[in-house]
Amino acid sequence: MIKESKAMLLTGNHAVSYGAMLARPNVLPIYPITPQTPIAEKLTELQLNGELEAETITPESEHSAMAACITASLTGVRVFTATASQGLFLMHEMLHYASGARAPIVMANVNRTIGSPWGFWPDQTDSLAQRDTGWIQYYSESAQESLDTVLQAYRTAEQVLLPAMVIHEAFYVSHSLEVVDVPSRTLVDSYLPPFDPELYLDPSINRSWGNVVNQEMFWRHRKALGEAMDQALDVAAKADTEWKELTGRGYELLEAYRCEDAEVLIVTMGSMCGTAREAVDMMRDQGTAAGLLKVRLFRPFPVDMLQNLLKGVPRVMVMDRNFSPGLGGILHQEVKAAVCGMEKAPAVHGFLTGVGGLNVSPALIASLVKRTKLKQADINSIWVGEEDGE
Amino acid sequence: MENDKHYDICEENIFSSGHQACPGCGQALAFRYVLNTLGPDTIAVVPPSCAAIISGPQPYSSMRIPVYQTTLESSAASASGIKRALKSKGKDHIQAIAIAGDGGTYDIGFQALSSAAERGEDIIYFCMDNEGYMNTGTQKSSSTPHYAYTTSTPGGKTTMKKNLVEIMAAHQIPYVATATVGYLDDLVNKIKKAKEIKGTRLINILTPCLDGWGLTDSSAVGISRLAVTSGIFPLYEVENGTRYTLNYGADGTPVSEYLKVQRRYRHLQEEQINEIQAEVDLQYSILKRKIACFA
Repeated sequence: MIKESKAMLLTGNHAVSYGAMLARPNVLPIYPITPQTPIAEKLTELQLNGELEAETITPESEHSAMAACITASLTGVRVFTATASQGLFLMHEMLHYASGARAPIVMANVNRTIGSPWGFWPDQTDSLAQRDTGWIQYYSESAQESLDTVLQAYRTAEQVLLPAMVIHEAFYVSHSLEVVDVPSRTLVDSYLPPFDPELYLDPSINRSWGNVVNQEMFWRHRKALGEAMDQALDVAAKADTEWKELTGRGYELLEAYRCEDAEVLIVTMGSMCGTAREAVDMMRDQGTAAGLLKVRLFRPFPVDMLQNLLKGVPRVMVMDRNFSPGLGGILHQEVKAAVCGMEKAPAVHGFLTGVGGLNVSPALIASLVKRTKLKQADINSIWVGEEDGE
Repeated sequence: MENDKHYDICEENIFSSGHQACPGCGQALAFRYVLNTLGPDTIAVVPPSCAAIISGPQPYSSMRIPVYQTTLESSAASASGIKRALKSKGKDHIQAIAIAGDGGTYDIGFQALSSAAERGEDIIYFCMDNEGYMNTGTQKSSSTPHYAYTTSTPGGKTTMKKNLVEIMAAHQIPYVATATVGYLDDLVNKIKKAKEIKGTRLINILTPCLDGWGLTDSSAVGISRLAVTSGIFPLYEVENGTRYTLNYGADGTPVSEYLKVQRRYRHLQEEQINEIQAEVDLQYSILKRKIACFA
């Protein structure tokens, strides 16, 4: 039992498991998939040891795992699950059902390339392809952040009644060990109250959900879902601030790292942020005013916040470890859309870096910053290989 | 078989009149006895199906219990989620049930159902078997019988009906049974029995679709009885995968009596009718052997 906060050497995945354990979920429907599996294994181990009291469900597919998550959540209990890649894709239909039913499930997704061909490498296309499913999406760059974000995600999800995904990349985060501060149960209990929804499936309440509606009811329902998403921005910001007050660790929804007077601002998500931070330090030392804007909350997309942070910035350079054939990098598209209509909007460059899990080195990032300074922004995202920075 | 057996059905007022089933619908009758026998401590899952239409559009409901509508392939998984949540809250006395059609059970929902049965989920699964995708206008499912016309098999289905009960019995779950609205005493007894058992329970209820099968509005009960007496749909139970009990079975009525009144079989030639008769005879003899074997 974790009575006091303690430092543990954990992988990103195990950090997620500890975060989930501390949230005290009642039901855990999980299906194994590389590279998510260690999350599930640690949870079932913690359950066997008596550190976690939960009903585990081991269904035949991710589709059924998510189906069980939704109804368990609608029956009024906290649920957790985790998946990756094809598993997330198999859930796709149910992801819409989850947000439509306003079930505040928290799920970890470990970014992995999508087939075909078969691969196991870090690539964010899997979760980014779920951007329209009505899930809150957090992207994390470290084990500590993933643990903390699981707890923040519950706080946010349960207040706005929307499901939330905590996302980190295969191997770079999921399997890398780091020292993680695992907070005490007392601390987490003081931060995350028990899930106590007003309505849930129960004969004493006798309310139903999901059957056919007319056009006007559907319209109203979608609009309410959108309002909850909008509301999630403030709720998530507050959840982060309060977590910081308790633990000293806050991450912001968009983190501005050395952005003062930046001539080029790097915008990216997930593990590339760590590398970009190093590249920024290196470039600043060499006299190039580069900065990093880390997108931690991708849905809802903090457009106002982003516009404020980009005021006066001449050039933005988006790095995408994902690819939407026909339009390019997904974050590139989102940032271009977000700055549209801004007075003196920055030029937005987009690079497809690290697609398929290619290594993105600080030197490569520095070379892309240099290119961004010299060239006009291309309307399309530009493919970048590992050797392009050399 | 004694078709005039006295029975007493204590109905609770769970299923309401004013539901949206077609006039004379066999499934609506099954709904009435399933829900009114189970009583109020029940939460139901329905997938898109006739069951979803019968249960009513929002904000109305024909069922005085909470109902959650899930996706077509997820009934068993969704019911599992409810039951586990109830268990974790100490509300284990509440039954989680699924009411799905044969398309949502034999076909697209089968994977989730098989897994729930393998995990021993404490749910009761009711398959409202009308032998096709009737809610979408009569297409073939894997429950559609040999030679039956559907809009996706306009020349008649070339393969046999999948034997769901035997497949579920092979999962060695505590209780699998067939039932039909032609024998309400038997249906009610089976629901009562299932209610007292823990674990995965499944009742496959033959619920004639008057429009899909091509029958008059008053035919549901009569055709259900013919399905049983002709040996096409014997009423039996399998406990723990081994203990077989026949409740109502064939009385020598030829299958032609059952087939000739249905529009979906109107195109059959004598040869095909004979073929169906031979298939039914074979399956019935296999069932009798199983009953004898485990007696």
